[in-house]
Amino acid sequence: MASSESLLPVSSQQDPLSDSRRDSIPESRRRRPIKVHLAIYSGFLLIALYVTLVITHGGSAPKNDVNDDTTVESRARLAGVSEKSNDHIWNLSNDLKGEAFAWNNTVLSWQRTAFHFQPEKNWMNDPNGPLFYKGWYHFFYQYNPNGAVWGDIFWGHAVSKDLIHWLYLPFAMVPDQWYDANGVWTGSATFLDDGSIVMLYTGSTDKFVQVQNLAYPEDPKDPLLLKWTKFSGNPVLVPPPGIGAKDFRDPTTAWKTSDGKWRITIGSKINRTGISLIYDTTDFKTYEKHETLLHQVPNTGMWECVDFYPVSKTKDKGLDTSVNGPDVKHIIKASMDDTRIDHYAIGTYYDSNATWVPDNPSIDVGISTGLRYDYGKFYASKTFYDQHKGRRILWGWIGESDSEAADVQKGWSSVQGIPRIVALDTKTGKNLVQWPVKEIESLRLRSKKFHMKVEPGTVVPVDVGPAAQLDIEAEFKIKKEDLEVVFADDSVEDDKEFSCETSGGATVRGALGPFGFSVLADQSLSEQTQVYFYVTKGKDSKLKTFFCTDTSRSTMANDVVKPVYGSFVPVLKGEKLTMRILVDHSIIEGFGQGGRTCITSRVYPTKAIYGATRLFLFNNANDAAITASFKVWQMNSAFIHPFSADDLGVPSST
Amino acid sequence: MKMVVVMMIMMVMAMVSEANMIEQTCKETPDFNLCVSLLDSDPRGSSADTSGLALILVDKIKGLATKTLKEINTLYKKRPELKQALDECSRRYNTILKADVPEAIEAISKGVPKFGEDGVIDAGVEAAVCEGDFKGKSPLTSLTKSMQKVSNVARAIVRMLL
Repeated sequence: MASSESLLPVSSQQDPLSDSRRDSIPESRRRRPIKVHLAIYSGFLLIALYVTLVITHGGSAPKNDVNDDTTVESRARLAGVSEKSNDHIWNLSNDLKGEAFAWNNTVLSWQRTAFHFQPEKNWMNDPNGPLFYKGWYHFFYQYNPNGAVWGDIFWGHAVSKDLIHWLYLPFAMVPDQWYDANGVWTGSATFLDDGSIVMLYTGSTDKFVQVQNLAYPEDPKDPLLLKWTKFSGNPVLVPPPGIGAKDFRDPTTAWKTSDGKWRITIGSKINRTGISLIYDTTDFKTYEKHETLLHQVPNTGMWECVDFYPVSKTKDKGLDTSVNGPDVKHIIKASMDDTRIDHYAIGTYYDSNATWVPDNPSIDVGISTGLRYDYGKFYASKTFYDQHKGRRILWGWIGESDSEAADVQKGWSSVQGIPRIVALDTKTGKNLVQWPVKEIESLRLRSKKFHMKVEPGTVVPVDVGPAAQLDIEAEFKIKKEDLEVVFADDSVEDDKEFSCETSGGATVRGALGPFGFSVLADQSLSEQTQVYFYVTKGKDSKLKTFFCTDTSRSTMANDVVKPVYGSFVPVLKGEKLTMRILVDHSIIEGFGQGGRTCITSRVYPTKAIYGATRLFLFNNANDAAITASFKVWQMNSAFIHPFSADDLGVPSST
Repeated sequence: MKMVVVMMIMMVMAMVSEANMIEQTCKETPDFNLCVSLLDSDPRGSSADTSGLALILVDKIKGLATKTLKEINTLYKKRPELKQALDECSRRYNTILKADVPEAIEAISKGVPKFGEDGVIDAGVEAAVCEGDFKGKSPLTSLTKSMQKVSNVARAIVRMLL
C-alpha cells in the first residue's frame, strides 16, 4: 500500500532523533514505547477485522428481507435482459426440461453446412476486411487455430470468384508482434486513390491493451494477397484519454472528406453510453482525433464492429464508402456487446463537423426497439463496397446455439451468413433491404413448382426429395372473402401488441395466421422449424404483418437454445406476401417481403436429418384459407476447399 | 506514533472498502451469500476489481469441475451400472475444464467479456446436462447443482463488464 511506503522514510527519519534520546532513557522506559505500539497495532487490527465482519456478514442475517428483494430484483433484472433482448442466449442455468440427447458423430456431422462459408474445423467469429481485388473476392475472418471456442485469434483468409465458391488460403496475419500478441482482431480494408489497399485492425497487445494497427499487402501484384506486411511503426492508434484500454476496437473502412483527408470511426463506450470516435488521417500512420463524436446513444453499452456507409435514396445500387451528396443517406450500424444484436439507423451525415443525425431518434442506433439487420442469430456484421459489380455486400457472423461440448465433439463452431446485397428500401425509405447475392443461384439444381390452397388448421407435405439443402421462394395470399369476414366480425379482436418472440410460436393460432413452411421436419413432425407470416387485424381494416421463425420444436435435444425469432415486416398496398428461405443443414436464412425483415437461425435436429428430412406447408390460422405459390430448388454444395493450382484455371465471370 | 495510527486507519479503510466492493458486486448476483463466501474466502478477493472478481469465480468453476471429475472417476468403480451417464458427464465436465474455463479466462483478461459470458454460462449448461442424464437418480446432484449456482453468479459478474 502506497500510504505505508510513503510513511517509512518519515518514520526512519524519526529513529535517529529518538535514538539520540534513547541513550539517556532508563531501560524500563525504553521498552514501554514498543509495547504501546504493539497494543495499539493489535487494537486497530481487531477493530478492522470486526468492522469487516460486520459489513460483509451483517448483510446476510439481519437484512434477510433486503437481501431477498435484492436477489429477486437482480434475478428479475437478469431474466428481464434475457427475455426482452437476449432470447437467443441462455436464461439463468436451470435444470433442463425434456430428454438429453447423447450427441454422436453421425448426427453431428450432418450439421456441417454445404454452401455457407466455414473453415474446415475450429472456431470462427467476425468477418474481417472483405474486399474485391484483381478478380478475386477476399474474405478474412477471426479464427482460433487451437480449438472450437473463442481464443488465440488469428486472421483466416479465403478467396472466391463469386462470393459462393470459396477456396481456403493460409493465414493472412498471426499474433507475432507485441502489439497483437494477444490477438489479431477485427479490422477493415480501404482502397487508396491509386488502387492500393490498406488494412486497419485491432491488436490486443502483450499487456492486453486494445490498439489499432496498419497492415498492407506485401506484394500488390499477387492477386491472392497471400502475404501481409505490418507497418513498422505500429500501433498507429492507442486508446485516447477517457477511453478504457479494453474499449477500443474494430476500426472501419475509411472514407474521403471534402478536404481530401481520410476519416475512420471506432466504436467504444463511456460508462453505459455507446459512442463512435472519429479520426482523420492523410497517410493512415498519424491521426487527428476529433473532439466530437460521430454519434452516441445513452444506455446502449459498448459499440463493437461499427460500420458507416452511404446508401442511395433513389437508385438500386451500392455506393462507394466515400460517396456523399443530396441523393444519399448514411447508415450507422453497431454490434451491441450487451445484447449480441446488430442494430442500424438511417440518418444524415455532416462532413464539415463529422457528425451524424438519425432520421428517427426514437429508433436510434442500439435502441432495443430499433432496426436490426437480422432478427435471429447474426452478429459482428460488416459491409464492403464491391466495385466489381457496383453493390454493397453484407457479411454476418452466425454463431452456434448449441452447447460447447457439442462444438468440441464435432470439432467446429460458427458459420458465415450468405453474403447479402444491402440497400435502402426505396419504397418505404425507412429501412434497409437485404437479399442473398445473385451468384447463389448458380447452386440451384432441379426445381419443382407448387400452387396449393391450404385450409385453416392444415399441414401439407411438400414432396421435393432431399430437404436439407433448399432454396424456397414463395408467395402467399389470404382468401379475400375470409379477410372480409374477419374484419366484419367484431368478436375477432385487434391484436394489439403481437411480437413473434413472446407469441409462443407457430402452434399458437390467430385469426389470420400463422402460416408458412415447416423446414427440417421429420415425417411425424416431431422435429420441425417453422418459418412463417403472422397477420394481425388492426383498426380500420389495416393489416399488420409479422415474419417469424419458431425453433422451439426444431430438435428433441434439450441442451440447445431454441427461441422464437422475428419482427414486424412492412407490406405495402398491392404487395403480395413473399418469403424466401435458404435451408442448409444446421442454418436457416429467411427473408420476408424481399428482405425487409430477415431471420437467421441455427437448428440441430436429431431425427430430421439425412434421408429423413422433409418439407411441409402449414396454415395454423383459425379463420382464413391461404393460397401458396412457390418454387423449391435443390441446392448443390459449394465444395469449399483449400486452394490448389487447379483453381487458378477457373475462368472469371465479367 | 501518529504515522502508525494513520497507517492503521488507512488499512481499516482499505479493508472496509474492499469488503464493500465484494458486497456491492454480490448484491447484483442471483446468490448473494454464495457470491460473498466464494470471494471472501479467496485471498485475491481483497484487492480485485470487477474483472478480478470474475476471474476468481472462473477459478472456482475450474476447481469445482476438477473435483467433480474426480468424483466421476471414483463412481466408475462404485457404480458400474451408471457407466453411460458417467461417460457423458465426463465429456461434459472435460468441456468445462478444457474449453469453457480457458475461454473465459482469456476473454475476461483481454476485455472481450461476452466470450467469457459464453464460457461461464456453458459451465452451468454442461452441469445440467450431466445431472439430467441420470434421470432423477444422480449421485452427483450436489456437485452439479453447485456448478449451476456458481455459473449463475459468475455470469452476473461478467455481465457487469459488458
